[in-house]
Amino acid sequence: MANKPEKFIDENGLRLDGRAVDEIRPMTIEIGVLSRADGSCYLEWGKNKILAAVYGPRELHPRRMQKPDEAIVRYRYNMAAFSVEDRARPGPSRRSIEISKVSRDAFAPIIMTKYYPSAVIDIFAEVLQADAGTRTAAINAASIALADAGIPMKGLISACAVGKVDGQLVLDLSKDEDNYGNADLPIAMTQDGEISLLQMDGNLTKEEFKKALEMASEGCRQILEIQKEALKRKFASHEEVVESLAEVADEIIEDVQKEIELIDEDFEVSELEDEDVIEITIAKTDTSEPVDKAQEEDFTEFTEDESSNVDGPEGYEADKAGERHEQ
Amino acid sequence: MGREIVVPGQLLSDNANESGSGTYVKEGRVFSLLYGVANIKNKISVIPFSGKYIPSRKDFVIGIVFETTSSNWIFDIGSPYDGLLHVSEYPRRVESSKMREVFDIGDCAILRIKDVDASMKIELTLREKGLRKIKGGRLLEVPSTKVPRVIGQNGSMVSMLKKETDCEIFVGQNGRIWINGKDENMDKLSEAIDMIIRESHISGLTDKISKFLQAEGETEDINAYEEVKDTDIEQEEIVENANSADEEYSEDAEKVNESSSKANQLPDTEES
Repeated sequence: MANKPEKFIDENGLRLDGRAVDEIRPMTIEIGVLSRADGSCYLEWGKNKILAAVYGPRELHPRRMQKPDEAIVRYRYNMAAFSVEDRARPGPSRRSIEISKVSRDAFAPIIMTKYYPSAVIDIFAEVLQADAGTRTAAINAASIALADAGIPMKGLISACAVGKVDGQLVLDLSKDEDNYGNADLPIAMTQDGEISLLQMDGNLTKEEFKKALEMASEGCRQILEIQKEALKRKFASHEEVVESLAEVADEIIEDVQKEIELIDEDFEVSELEDEDVIEITIAKTDTSEPVDKAQEEDFTEFTEDESSNVDGPEGYEADKAGERHEQ
Repeated sequence: MGREIVVPGQLLSDNANESGSGTYVKEGRVFSLLYGVANIKNKISVIPFSGKYIPSRKDFVIGIVFETTSSNWIFDIGSPYDGLLHVSEYPRRVESSKMREVFDIGDCAILRIKDVDASMKIELTLREKGLRKIKGGRLLEVPSTKVPRVIGQNGSMVSMLKKETDCEIFVGQNGRIWINGKDENMDKLSEAIDMIIRESHISGLTDKISKFLQAEGETEDINAYEEVKDTDIEQEEIVENANSADEEYSEDAEKVNESSSKANQLPDTEES
């Protein structure tokens, strides 16, 4: 459609769309737009329109993909067929698979996957309208959707791109700048400035690259503020919200206190039982496996014993342990 | 000022000792892990706005059987992890061939979590007071983070609901609520619970709901209302002698309902 503009930056130092070289496009964020998703976010950034949804943590199938000690994260970046002027062929492409992969990795430093062993967290980012920088926009949206889903994270991820047009570095490329510029450098980072995604297309000198990193950090910092602001605003319309949630929190705190006491008591009592507990676990795993079909008879026997016995767990454990040794 | 909305990664304190649930410590400073409300008492904790139910030991939950094996019933407990009820955790002895007669697929029960191990294998039990199979009534589902709101301070909301609607109520930590009573009362109650969830951010909610229920009683359903979430679980009477045993165990249900609601409101208390 549009041909290459003659100049990207005018005499006043302004870009085609009237922005300064270090200015990002206006961003609006809406949270919780999808009622069936656990967390969702609709983000507009310039002419980019992104819908992000998060599901999970939920059970992962097939089982062989599960990681026993942590949750896995799946990220799907997809461009709608109508998101660009020429119809984008639906389905995964080389490009979208790559973007999905790097975006997933961009979230690795912040998501507390250890809290949800063998589960999965699914992130879907759909580009409804594309206008350069969709991967960074998708990451910004996904970050909010994750927070909305109540997933524990060390912080938010913010992303933006720096590019070079007319030999000059500019922040947050627009469509034409991206198409006809000399370089594109999308970066995602944590709030501490730790870089979790960095790709580059085109050429930059060492000095330009350093300068570009600085500009990107500043851009990400601004975006982080917008993200935080959006999250805080979601409930700000209800004045009482904080107050009332805190009421609930108070109740919970009291309970936590109680629970802690309970647990403490338990600890005092159960210290010696520790080894037994471990044994039970092993024995139980055995029985729940198909192997136990062959052993059904032994098994029934033991239940009989148990019910005729005292209800105390000792007899139970002993039997279980016995069974294990037989194997 | 003790409480505010926080986002993940927000600095909460410079004192690492103040780290409570929903927070983490980095370089001696406390940050938030979650999007929610920070609560500052002697420790700082963050109560999330949303999130899945993650089972923890001693929680009371309502489960739905989705599979039976020769020695276990497998329950969906509304979390990413399934719950296992071993035959030995059923109050009576059950032949492995008769597993389906005790709990068939789709049956519901009030259960307690006996143990959760590191790989999130969840062992359930029915061998405690108040735990039993659910017969009749309705099952509602609410977000598990809203459970404390439904229970209210020291169970104030639940006892008010019970009094106003004359229904039996059991609130599981996993966000499933079982109610039983007359049909019209259950309609009213599920509407009230829906309202609690919708308006969970309003303070003085217990009074508001109480007024709502009283008004409702007088005007007799002016606005027709469709409860979408409820699943009718009218069940056939359980076969054989299961009845006698079940009744024994249901006697104390009421009491336990109340004590459990208090003792189990906390979300998972993982700390980093």
